[in-house]
Amino acid sequence: MKYYVSKDSAAVSVGAAETAAALDRVAPDATLVRTGSRGLYWLEPLVEVEQDGHRIGFGPLASSEVESVVTAIQAGTSSAHPRYVGDIDELLRSQGQRRLTFARCGVIDPTDWDDFVAHGGSAGLRMALEQDGQTIVDAVKTSGLRGRGGAGFPTGIKWQTVHDTPSTPKYVVCNADEGDSGTYADRMMMEGDPLTLLEGMTIAAVAVGATRGYIYLRSEYPDAERTLKRAIEVAHEVGMLGDDILGSGRAFDVELRMGAGAYICGEETSLLESLEGKRGVVRFKPPLPAVQGFLGQPTMINNVITLCSVPAIMAQGAEHYASFGINKSRGTLTVQLCGNVARPGLYEMPFGVTLDHVINSLGGGARSGRPVRAVQVGGPLGAYLPQAYLDTPLGYEEMAEKKSMIGHGGVVVFDDTVDMAQQARFAMEFCDLESCGKCTPCRVGSVRAQEVIDRIVADDDRAGNLDLLRELCDTMINGSLCAHGGMAPFPVLSALNHFSEDFGTREPAEVQ
Amino acid sequence: MTNESIDAEAAVRQICAAYADRQGPLLPILHAIQKSAGHVSDAAIEVIADELNLSRAEVFGVVTFYHDFHRKPHATHVLKVCRAEACQAVGGREVWSAASTVEARGDVGVEAVYCLGNCACAPSVQLDGRTLGRMDAARVTALLVSGGTGVPT
Repeated sequence: MKYYVSKDSAAVSVGAAETAAALDRVAPDATLVRTGSRGLYWLEPLVEVEQDGHRIGFGPLASSEVESVVTAIQAGTSSAHPRYVGDIDELLRSQGQRRLTFARCGVIDPTDWDDFVAHGGSAGLRMALEQDGQTIVDAVKTSGLRGRGGAGFPTGIKWQTVHDTPSTPKYVVCNADEGDSGTYADRMMMEGDPLTLLEGMTIAAVAVGATRGYIYLRSEYPDAERTLKRAIEVAHEVGMLGDDILGSGRAFDVELRMGAGAYICGEETSLLESLEGKRGVVRFKPPLPAVQGFLGQPTMINNVITLCSVPAIMAQGAEHYASFGINKSRGTLTVQLCGNVARPGLYEMPFGVTLDHVINSLGGGARSGRPVRAVQVGGPLGAYLPQAYLDTPLGYEEMAEKKSMIGHGGVVVFDDTVDMAQQARFAMEFCDLESCGKCTPCRVGSVRAQEVIDRIVADDDRAGNLDLLRELCDTMINGSLCAHGGMAPFPVLSALNHFSEDFGTREPAEVQ
Repeated sequence: MTNESIDAEAAVRQICAAYADRQGPLLPILHAIQKSAGHVSDAAIEVIADELNLSRAEVFGVVTFYHDFHRKPHATHVLKVCRAEACQAVGGREVWSAASTVEARGDVGVEAVYCLGNCACAPSVQLDGRTLGRMDAARVTALLVSGGTGVPT
């Protein structure tokens, strides 16, 4: 008998380690594989058992319930067990998930090279090593892949710039500073299938002619740090990294670097400053990092999920990847559903599904059973959308039309107990706390905005202060150096526009 | 100079030497010093500046920019409590106010953090690098009262 239990830190945070230990006790002769997470977090701790080539799940399974599951399996009465979920792959299919990027996550032992290769790992890199750089860059362009870290910039164009810049050495930097609240796809990938990230970085290096790579990982992710360190060792042992990548004669190496708790270092230029050992203060652009990045050299800086999408594009073909999605949003989006929702988790879906489908059909609506009132998409700089906007298809341009964004794919659901004035104030508190301090609109504007919101809520010249707040938001949007100050007003303005009642604007009438 | 401070200086120089071949080595050095000494002292800043041929102001600027680095000795255990949106949506504010008001918490420092990437199992806290999910005010209080030793189920 073969069992699978996740060692993903989120699964462990709700008892997966205890469940695995119980399984070891109850079924000592069985094989237990510790995997990453399937992303079905409402079912964690999830136990899977292999039967006739299918993986049957039971969850959420506390350690005290493990024995009853083992007994049921042995008696052939699994499906009658109250925690029985059924075939996990079938469940993912029925949700409409297309696991292109997360195909192996939760399936394999994260740092087992043979398991990785047996499930299609390294195939993309082997294809890439037979091609010249331009052909690889062209494939990435054809796939339509755009930066999954938040900006949505066409990845192939970025790669082309680095490819075309003659100066050497060149660097590949992976932005693993996943600081946006409500997002965890990078963490899940780094803990669940880190070899795919190293494969994606190596393909990128081969494409643009880079010889050295860095992963800049946030320090809040100690489990990802351990797993990545081990994955880098494994990649060296098998020759995917080093002086002779898979026997091709090319050299590429990756070093893991830890951040130190600064949200702003997720912004690419401040990340590069931090990597150079400086304060994480944003740089003026141009020059673009692709031309002058790390230590002034051409640097290809991409998010974890962007890089992890590349192996599948190489292995299965750019056209195959581009066949998913809508309009200018091609391939799959890793929706990270969380907040007040019944079935939170990672849903890798072709672009184009609506928020309503994700939140209500897949997510099961608010966990509290109350009506969903507001949804924040794309992290702390993303707009709060009301119910009426939930029919918006998830696509870059489609969301931008609603003055919102996809960002890194985080969807945070709030029920009707949320105080939107409080959320708006928090957006500015956070902007203040994490501002690098370089430009005035962000550094000072975020402080002034909190004071203005306090006055609005206290009904101190409410009309005048509401105008002032909008004017201040306008200054921050147009005058800030980077997206931190430039987008922090979006949650504030959306709260003002869609939930004005929370700012007391209708209060006098209601009080009478 | 006392023997202790000579030892401390030697330890800092040794850490700097270990990272000498890295590109942009300051953050890894600061992490290593904090890991061994618990904090980055002013004396250490001076030694690092000397080793890396930087001004003290440059090293000081980096140490104070990042939330992770402490200039003074810190509690033995650190409980990071997430205060960001995904946790707020499911009671994170209550977890924070409970955690930040427990007085008898032994040698556990409570810090605010903005996202632990555990959003689907929120509200979340992290005790000495171990993430704990589906928290509530009662559980975080029990955790602190036990001095960070008893992980509640």
